[in-house]
Amino acid sequence: MNKRNKLSLKSGFAVAAFALVATSFYGCDSQGGSSANTLPIYGEREPVERTVDGKTVTDTIYHQIPDFAFVDQDSQRVTQETVAGKIYVTDFFFTTCPTICPKMKSQMLRVYEAYKENPDVLLLSHSIDPTHDTVAVLRDYADRLGIETQKWHLLTGDKDSIYDMAMQYLVPAQADGGAEGGFTHGGHFILMDGQRRIRGIYDGTKPESVDKLIDDIPLLLNEKKDEKK
Amino acid sequence: MRKNKLVALALGAFALTSLTQCFTKKKDEGKHLYETHCQSCHMEDGSGLKGLIPPLAKADYLQTHRDELPCLIRQGMAGSIVVNGVEYNKEMPGVESLREDHITNLLNYIQTNFGNKNERYTMQEVERLMQACPKAP
Repeated sequence: MNKRNKLSLKSGFAVAAFALVATSFYGCDSQGGSSANTLPIYGEREPVERTVDGKTVTDTIYHQIPDFAFVDQDSQRVTQETVAGKIYVTDFFFTTCPTICPKMKSQMLRVYEAYKENPDVLLLSHSIDPTHDTVAVLRDYADRLGIETQKWHLLTGDKDSIYDMAMQYLVPAQADGGAEGGFTHGGHFILMDGQRRIRGIYDGTKPESVDKLIDDIPLLLNEKKDEKK
Repeated sequence: MRKNKLVALALGAFALTSLTQCFTKKKDEGKHLYETHCQSCHMEDGSGLKGLIPPLAKADYLQTHRDELPCLIRQGMAGSIVVNGVEYNKEMPGVESLREDHITNLLNYIQTNFGNKNERYTMQEVERLMQACPKAP
């Protein structure tokens, strides 16, 4: 086999691998069984067997965001307790971001306005530049956005913990000296249910995608009501 | 002979592409530059972002600081400014790579869109204004 063939074989493999990965991603999307009235549950899941009355029952353990502790624009601690039993939308940004963040924030404001009066819906925006984005900087940012802390928490804290959290929410984020503003990150809005499970992934820079998010939130609110019954 | 034909063909194609570029891309250069360098912060409709990023749409600043705008685009700005009565304080990065003709097209796009009906710039005017840009510290 000459070199050229080898090369094309290699790229052929790469294409095949890519296609496989792509389909498996798509597979995940639809696999959640997102019918008209329910939202899928994203992330890895594992079956756990247990015995009930002598019979083996299989439970599915879904990906759940671990406990966390950050500080918001009012210097309040925000933890898993803050969001317990609530639906929340989360994203990653930084205040000096010159690229996608302003658009993300203008779209998040739409979500804010839509659910301002609903105490069961919260917004959490994590800064991926916590060294610069101190409580004072976030306070000023929040004031200029005209938002209320109790509804929309802008979070800062330990840098590694924030990046770990981004990974948990399946949002890419990293410091990158070569990028405009010094960081790269995904513009995703993640919709979370009351058990800290990922129920929706949206493009926070696209109004159509955020429309969908705003429409999807009532589905989770209904789910919550059903659980209470 | 055959070689000449090829050269002629290549030249013809080149002329045609550059000509069509004149009529298509160039015409929208201001808009294109706006989308590339300004839109992510100032938004598609020039509305800015609440108290964080000043609007361009119907902004008094475009008229009251008209002569400073070419330098602002190239060098960026920092510190507090007031636009339509609201105070803003966020650094704006400059775009050093823009030439005078780019800046003219970009500014004319901004001055005549988003509900703005302000006076246009000539390229000579922009060149003159930019000679007086403050020197970088």
